[in-house]
Amino acid sequence: MATPKSGYSPIVIDHFQNPRNVGELPDANAQASVTNPVCGDVLQLRLKITDGRIAEACFKTFGCEAAIAASSLLTEMIKGKALPEVQDITPEMITAALGGLPKVKLHAAALAEEALKEALKGYEPSHG
Amino acid sequence: MKLPIYMDHQTTTPVDREVLEAMMPYLTDQFGDPSSRSHAWGWAAEEAVDRAREQISALIGALPEEIFFTSGATESDNLALKGIAHAYQEQGRHIVTQQTEHRAILDSCRRLEQEGFAITYLPVDRDGRVEPEAVQQAITPQTILVSIMHANNEVGTIQPLAEIGQIVKARGILFHSDAVQTVGKIACQVDDLQLDLMSISAHKMYGPKGVGALYVRKTRPRRIKCTPLFDGGGHERGLRSGTLNVPGIVGLGKACEVCTRLWRAEGERLAQLRERFVAGVMQGLNHTYLNGHPTQRLPNNINLSFAGVDGEALVMGLTEVACASGSACTSTTLEPSYVLKAMGLDDALIHASIRFGLGRWTTQEDVDYTVQTVVRRVQRLREMSPQYGLLARRGDSRQGSMNTLAQQSQKP
Amino acid sequence: MMPRVYLDYNATAPLLPEALEAAVPYYTSNWGNASSIHRQGREARVAVEEAREQVAQLIGAADARDLVFTSGGTEAVNLAIQGYAFGNRSRGQHIITTQAEHPAALDTCRALEQRGFDLTYLPVDGLGRLDPEVLAGSIRPQTILLTLIHGNHEVGTLQPLAALVEVAHVRGVPVHVDAVQAIGRVPLDVAAFGIDLLSLSGHKFGGPKGVGVLYIRAGLAATMQAIVHGGHQERQRRAGTEDVPSVIALGKACALMSQRLGDECHRLEVLRDHLEHVACSRIPEVRRLGNSADRLPNTANLSFAGVKGEALVFNLDLLGIAVSTGASCSSRQGVPSQVLAAMGVPPETSEGSVRFSLGWGTTDEQIERVLDLLPPTIQRLRLLSPLP
Repeated sequence: MATPKSGYSPIVIDHFQNPRNVGELPDANAQASVTNPVCGDVLQLRLKITDGRIAEACFKTFGCEAAIAASSLLTEMIKGKALPEVQDITPEMITAALGGLPKVKLHAAALAEEALKEALKGYEPSHG
Repeated sequence: MKLPIYMDHQTTTPVDREVLEAMMPYLTDQFGDPSSRSHAWGWAAEEAVDRAREQISALIGALPEEIFFTSGATESDNLALKGIAHAYQEQGRHIVTQQTEHRAILDSCRRLEQEGFAITYLPVDRDGRVEPEAVQQAITPQTILVSIMHANNEVGTIQPLAEIGQIVKARGILFHSDAVQTVGKIACQVDDLQLDLMSISAHKMYGPKGVGALYVRKTRPRRIKCTPLFDGGGHERGLRSGTLNVPGIVGLGKACEVCTRLWRAEGERLAQLRERFVAGVMQGLNHTYLNGHPTQRLPNNINLSFAGVDGEALVMGLTEVACASGSACTSTTLEPSYVLKAMGLDDALIHASIRFGLGRWTTQEDVDYTVQTVVRRVQRLREMSPQYGLLARRGDSRQGSMNTLAQQSQKP
Repeated sequence: MMPRVYLDYNATAPLLPEALEAAVPYYTSNWGNASSIHRQGREARVAVEEAREQVAQLIGAADARDLVFTSGGTEAVNLAIQGYAFGNRSRGQHIITTQAEHPAALDTCRALEQRGFDLTYLPVDGLGRLDPEVLAGSIRPQTILLTLIHGNHEVGTLQPLAALVEVAHVRGVPVHVDAVQAIGRVPLDVAAFGIDLLSLSGHKFGGPKGVGVLYIRAGLAATMQAIVHGGHQERQRRAGTEDVPSVIALGKACALMSQRLGDECHRLEVLRDHLEHVACSRIPEVRRLGNSADRLPNTANLSFAGVKGEALVFNLDLLGIAVSTGASCSSRQGVPSQVLAAMGVPPETSEGSVRFSLGWGTTDEQIERVLDLLPPTIQRLRLLSPLP
C-alpha cells in the first residue's frame, strides 16, 4: 500500500535507500543494458548463471528513484532461482513486490522486466 | 450582546473559529505548494487539499473529483457560464437564465452576448420565483445551458430547482446553479437538484474570503467540457490554472464539514429567529412589507420595505446594526435593486428596502434589540417624512404601486 | 527529530509572521465585505486601500489605483496578456514573447494562438536572455504586445529590461513583465523602467497564497478586457469580493520588503553564492546553469553528471531537504525543462539538474547542512549508475 506522503511504499523507499546487489559482476555470463527512450533511464543487469540457476545478480541503474528500487528488488527476486522460475516474471509482479508504484512510475518495473528478458535471451548455456 | 450587531450574513460571514484553527497550520509551517511533487511540504499540502475536496463533496452529495477550486463564486460563475458557452458553441449559442441572478451571472451573460450568444433572462413573479414552465418554454434546440440560482441573496426566495432540473435534464441540456446562499444552509444535493454544475463560495458559509469551488458532474454519458478562464500550469486537471490557495481551500473544506454537522439544527433555529424578527417588526409598524416568497425562503434572510422611508438613510442611521440596502455589490451606486425591480416593486419601495441576514451566532437578544431599534428609527424617519404622511392617509401603499409583470422576458 | 531545510522558495514561500499577524484580525473581528457601506465594510475598505498603497510603493507605481488585486500570479498574467490582447485586437493580432517563459504566460499565449492570434516565441541565449536586436527584428506593424519574464523561475535570469523596453516602446509596443519571481527579491520600479503591465504573486516572497496583483499603467486599462465579470470591484477590472485578509497580508509583506530589500538581496546572494561555490568545489562534474551576474539573488540551478535530478531530489527529501527539478517523469511528456531546452542546455544536462531556491527563512546553518549532505548523496547515486 503506497504511503500517503510521497506515493511510494516503504518497500520502494527501502530499496532506494539501501539497494541490494549493486555492482559490475565481472564473471557474469548473462547481461543486458536497456534504456527507456522516453525518460532516459538506463538499467544494466548482470547475471551469473550456474547449473540452470541464477547464482549471482547485480545491477547498475541511472534513473529515478522508482527505477533504482525496481532494479534492486528484481535482483533479490531472481537470485538463487532456477531459470524456469524467473522466465515468467512480469512487470505487474515486480510492481506488486514493490508494494505498488504510482501510475507515472510503472515504466520502472517494465524496464526491470525488460532487462531480465534481454539478459536471459542472450544467455547461451555452455555445453559440456 | 456586542454592538454593532452584524445582520449582513448574505454579504459575508465571519470565519468560524474551527475553520480558522484548521487553516492556521497552512498559514504557518505547512506552507507547501501541492504542485511541488518532489518533497514532503508539497505532499502534505496535497493531502490537505484532497481532504478538503472530500469535505466539500460530502456536503453536496458529489464525488471529490467533481470539485474544482477557484478564487470564489464570482469566478466560479464566470467559469461555468463562459466555460460551457465556449466549449459547446458549435452545438448552440443560446443560454437561459433569469433576471434576479447575481451580477456575476448577469455580467458574464452580457459579455457572452457581445460575443454573439443569445441569452434569455426569464422574469420572476412578485415573490421572486421562476416558473418552471417558463423555463420549458424558453428552451430551444440551440440551448446549451440553463443557469438558475438556488436562492436569491437579496430576498431569500428559494427557486424550485428540482422541478426546473427535471425539465432541463429531460431536454438533455446542462444545468448550472449559483448555490452560494444555500450550500451548507438548506438541503442542497446535486442529484436531488439535477445539477451538472454548481458554484460555491466559502465566505458565505463561515469560511475565508478568496476561495470557492465549482462542482462539475462527472457521471454523465459524456464528459462535460468546460473551457478554462485562465491558462498556465494546467492545475485542477486543466480547468483552473494557478497555485492552489491551500489555506483558503482547507478553510472551505472545514467550513463545509462544520455545515454538514450543523445545518439542520441551525436552519431551524434561524428560521424561528427570522419569524420572530418579522413578527416583531410587523407588530410595531404599519406599511411594512416582507419581500420574497413567504415560505420558500432562506431561513436567515429578511428583506423588508418600509414605505415612506429612505433605505440608505435607515442603514446609515442604524449605527448599532450592520445591514444592507440593495446588495453589497451595487451599494456603491445609487441604482435601485434590480432584483426588487424584477419582482415588480416600484422605485419608491425599492429605495425603502433593507435586508437583514441572520447568522450562526445571532442570538434572540440580537434579534429583539434590532427589531426595537429598527422600529424606533423607522418611526422617527417617518415622522420627518412628507411622503409617509401622504401614504398613511392613502392606505396600503403597495396595492397602488405594483407594476404589472411583463409577459415577455426582458433584460433588467 | 531530523532538521528540515526548505530550499524551494521559487515554488512557494512561507508566510511572513508579521504578514499573518496583520491579516488575522480580518478573519476574526473585522470580517466585513470591503464593498459594504456599514462600518465593518468601510473599515475593510480602508485596510484594502492601504495595502494597495504598500504594494504600489514596492513596485514604484505612482498611483496605487493602477494596481488590480487578482487571485494570484497566474490570473494576473492571464489578465495582462488575454485582457490586453482581446481588448486591442482591432489594432493588431501579433504578440511577441520568448521560448523561456513560465507556463502561465506560455500556455496563455498558446491559447491565444488557438483564438487566431499570431505569436512569435523568440529564442533566448545560453544564459536565458533576450537580445534587444532580436526583439527589434521581430516587431511588426501589427504587433500589439511584448510579454516577458523577468527573473526566470528555473535559473533566475534577469532580462536587460531597460534596453528591451526601449526597443519595444520606440516601435509603439507595450510591454508586460511577468515579475512573479522578481518582486520582493530584486528592486523593480515600474515608473523608472516605463513598464506598461506587471504581474506579481503574493506567495513567492513571503506574502499569502491566493492573491496577486496586476499593475496597469494609467491609460491602458480602458482598452483592456476583464476576465472575471460581475460587480464593480477593482474599478471594474476584476469582479469578486476582495479577499481582505490576504490583501492585508500582501500589503504587509510588501511593506516589509520595501524596507529590507537591499539587505535581503545581499544576504540571499551571499548564501546562494556560498552554496554554489562550495558544492562545485566538493563535488566533481557539476555544471552551473544560467547567468552568474544579472540574476535573482536566491536561485541556483546545478546539474550533476551521472545522476538523475529526480532521484537526487527524492533522496534529498528523505534527508529532510526540499528542492526541485524541472525535469521529471511526470512533467510534460517527459520533456526535460522547456526553459533549459530554450537555453540550449542538452537533455542529459537538464535531466541531472536541481534547482535550489532560497528565501527569507534560509539560514547559514541550513546551507551548511545541505553542503554536508549533498556530496555523499551524489556520490552514492553515481556509484549506482552504469554510466561513466
